[in-house]
Amino acid sequence: MTGVILAVDDLKVHFPVRTGGVLIGQYRPLKAVDGVSFDLKAGETLGIVGESGCGKSTLGRAILQLVAPTGGTVSWLGKSFCDAGAADLHALRREMQVVFQDPLASLDPRMTAGDIIAEPLWNFHGNLGRTEIDRRVREMMDKVGLLPAMINRYPHEFSGGQCQRIGVARAMILKPKLVVCDEPVSALDVSIRAQVVNLLMALQREFGLALIFISHDLAVVRHISHRVMVLYLGRVMELADRDALYAMPRHPYTQALMAAIPIPDPDRERAKPRVILSGDPPSPLDPPSGCVFRTRCPHATALCADQTPMLENTGADNKVACHHWREMSPTSA
Amino acid sequence: MGSAPLLHIDNLTVKFTTADGAVDAVSDLSLHISPGECLGVVGESGSGKSQTFMAALGLLAANGSARGRALFHGDDLLTLGDNELNAIRGDKVAMIFQDPMTSLTPHMTVGRQLSEVLIHHRGVSAARAREESLVMLKRVRVPDPERRLAMYPHELSGGLRQRVMIAMALLCGPELIIADEPTTALDVTVQAQILDLLREVKDTLHTAVVLITHDLGVIAGLADRVAVMYAGRIVEMGDVRQVFADPRHPYTRGLLACTPRMDAAVTGALFTIPGQPPNLEHLPAGCAFAPRCASVLDACRNDRPALRGLGGGRFKACIRDDLAHAS
Repeated sequence: MTGVILAVDDLKVHFPVRTGGVLIGQYRPLKAVDGVSFDLKAGETLGIVGESGCGKSTLGRAILQLVAPTGGTVSWLGKSFCDAGAADLHALRREMQVVFQDPLASLDPRMTAGDIIAEPLWNFHGNLGRTEIDRRVREMMDKVGLLPAMINRYPHEFSGGQCQRIGVARAMILKPKLVVCDEPVSALDVSIRAQVVNLLMALQREFGLALIFISHDLAVVRHISHRVMVLYLGRVMELADRDALYAMPRHPYTQALMAAIPIPDPDRERAKPRVILSGDPPSPLDPPSGCVFRTRCPHATALCADQTPMLENTGADNKVACHHWREMSPTSA
Repeated sequence: MGSAPLLHIDNLTVKFTTADGAVDAVSDLSLHISPGECLGVVGESGSGKSQTFMAALGLLAANGSARGRALFHGDDLLTLGDNELNAIRGDKVAMIFQDPMTSLTPHMTVGRQLSEVLIHHRGVSAARAREESLVMLKRVRVPDPERRLAMYPHELSGGLRQRVMIAMALLCGPELIIADEPTTALDVTVQAQILDLLREVKDTLHTAVVLITHDLGVIAGLADRVAVMYAGRIVEMGDVRQVFADPRHPYTRGLLACTPRMDAAVTGALFTIPGQPPNLEHLPAGCAFAPRCASVLDACRNDRPALRGLGGGRFKACIRDDLAHAS
C-alpha cells in the first residue's frame, strides 16, 4: 500500500424533494449524503455498510460523479475533479470503474458477453484493432472464471453468478486503479457469493486494485475490507480499521448492527445477548436534530438532541461520531 | 416424534409446463411437521423450497401441477377444492410472505384487511373484528395501533408491514404458519425485531412454523429441525443442532463452510462450492449435486441417491458413508 489515491472531503449530495401539494408544494433537501470524508490508498479496500436509505449507494455514485455532489470535493491523485470538464472526466473514467448489484439488469441484453466486456476498450483504446481487443477480452474472461468460448453468448444465457463475472470483467478490462462495487453479491446465491468475493480479492492482489465495497452484509464486508465505514442517514457513524471495528465497535449503531447479524450456529445464535433496536430508521427527509441515530439509540441523552457529534479519533486512525463513546463500556464481538 | 404430524407431505412432485417442456421443481419429496415445532427449510433459488409449500396449499401458478399427498389432519390438501382450501388457508394454516408490500392489498386499510380475515373465517361482527384486530396489533407490538388501523400499507415501513402480516396470520389462532423468507426484504436491525417476534409467537402460542429461507443464520436462531434442499429434493434433514454441528451431506457442508461468519476468524479466501446451481431442465442422471461435489464417486453419476435414515431422526441423500465427521 502506497499513497492516497482518492480523497473525499465533506462530500454532500442533497436531492430537492417536493413536499406538500402539487401546485404550491415546497422543495426540501433530502440529505442522502451529508458531509462524508475519507481517504483511500492504492490497493486498499474500504467497506461501506449501512441499512437501506443510509446513502451508501449514493455515496458510491457521487464518488464516480454519476450523481453530481452538491458540496465537498472528491480528489483523484491530488487533483479535484468535482469541477473537472467533460474531457477530464472521460479520462478519469479509465481509472475508476463500477460493478452493480443486479448482474442481469446492468448488462445490455442485446449485446454479447464479448461486446459488453470490449466496450470500454473500444471507448478508450479503439486503435488497438479488433484482433487485439478480442485477445484481451478472452484473456480477461479467463481471469474472471468465464470460458472464453462463451464470448458470443448473450447475458440471458448466463447464470446470475456468471453475469456478475461479466460485470467484473467489464470493470477490469481497462486495468483501473479503483473499482466501486455496489452490493455486488447481494443478488447472488450463497454458494456463488463466496466465488465472487474470492474473485474480487484475487483481482485486487494481482492488479494492486483499490476497492470500495458497498454492502449491507457485515459478514461479507468484514471478510473483504481493510477499513470499514458505517453510515446512517447519510452520515458517518464510525470509520475504522477492520479488525478494530469488529473487535471493538465503538458506536452504539455499529454495536447494534453487529449484534443483529445471525450466526449460523444454533447454540451461539440462541445464547448471544440481544441488542434489539426499536423502530425503523427515520426518513432522511426529516432527520432527527443533533445525532441522527439518537431516536433509536439506547444511550441517547439530551446532549445528543442538541448537538451533532463530530467524528473523533479513538486512537490510531479510527474515528467515531458519538458524544458518549468514552463512557460506554466497549463490547467485544 | 411422539405426536401425530400436523402436516405430512408424502412423495410430492411439482411439475411446471413451460414453452421449453416440463420441469420438475420438486421431486418425490416427503417430510412432516409436528404440532408446535419449527421446521427450517433452506436452499438456494430454484431448490423448490417455496414451491413445496405453495403446492401443498394449492397456490401453484397456473402452469404448475402437483402429484403425491399433503395430509393436514388426515385430509389430503391436494384433493380439496377451492372452497375447502379457503376454509383452511388463513384459518388453521396461515402464510407470511417475503414482501409484505405485494402480499397486502394496497387499496384497503390495514384495519379492513385484518377484519376481513375474522369476518370470513369466524363470522364475527365488524365491530368485534376491529376490536380483535386491535388486540392482535398490540400483541405484535405495532406502536400506535389505533392509528395504524386506518392506514394503508404504503404508509407503513417494511418492518411494520411485516408485523401487520404476522398479526393477520395469527388472527385465527393457526396451528401452522408457513413463513416464506419473512425477513429477506428487511434491514438487519429490523430483521432482528421480526425474528424475535416469531420466536415469541412460537414459544408462547406453540404454533408450528415452517421457516423457508436461504439464510443459515436465520435457521440457526429459530428452527428445531432443518431440511436442506437442492434441485427439488431434500438432501439432508435432521435436528438443527446436529445438522449444523455435524453436516453429513457434502452440499450442507459446503453451504456452511462458504458462509462468512461474524464469530470466526477471517481467513484468506472463502471456501467455495465450484460451479453453478443446476438447471432443472437439464438435471444430470445421478445425484444433482455430483457435478459440484468434492467427494463424488463414479456411482454418484449413475443413480439418484435416495433420502435414507441415519438414525436419530437424521436423513441424507448421499451414497457415501465414509466421509469423515466434521471436526
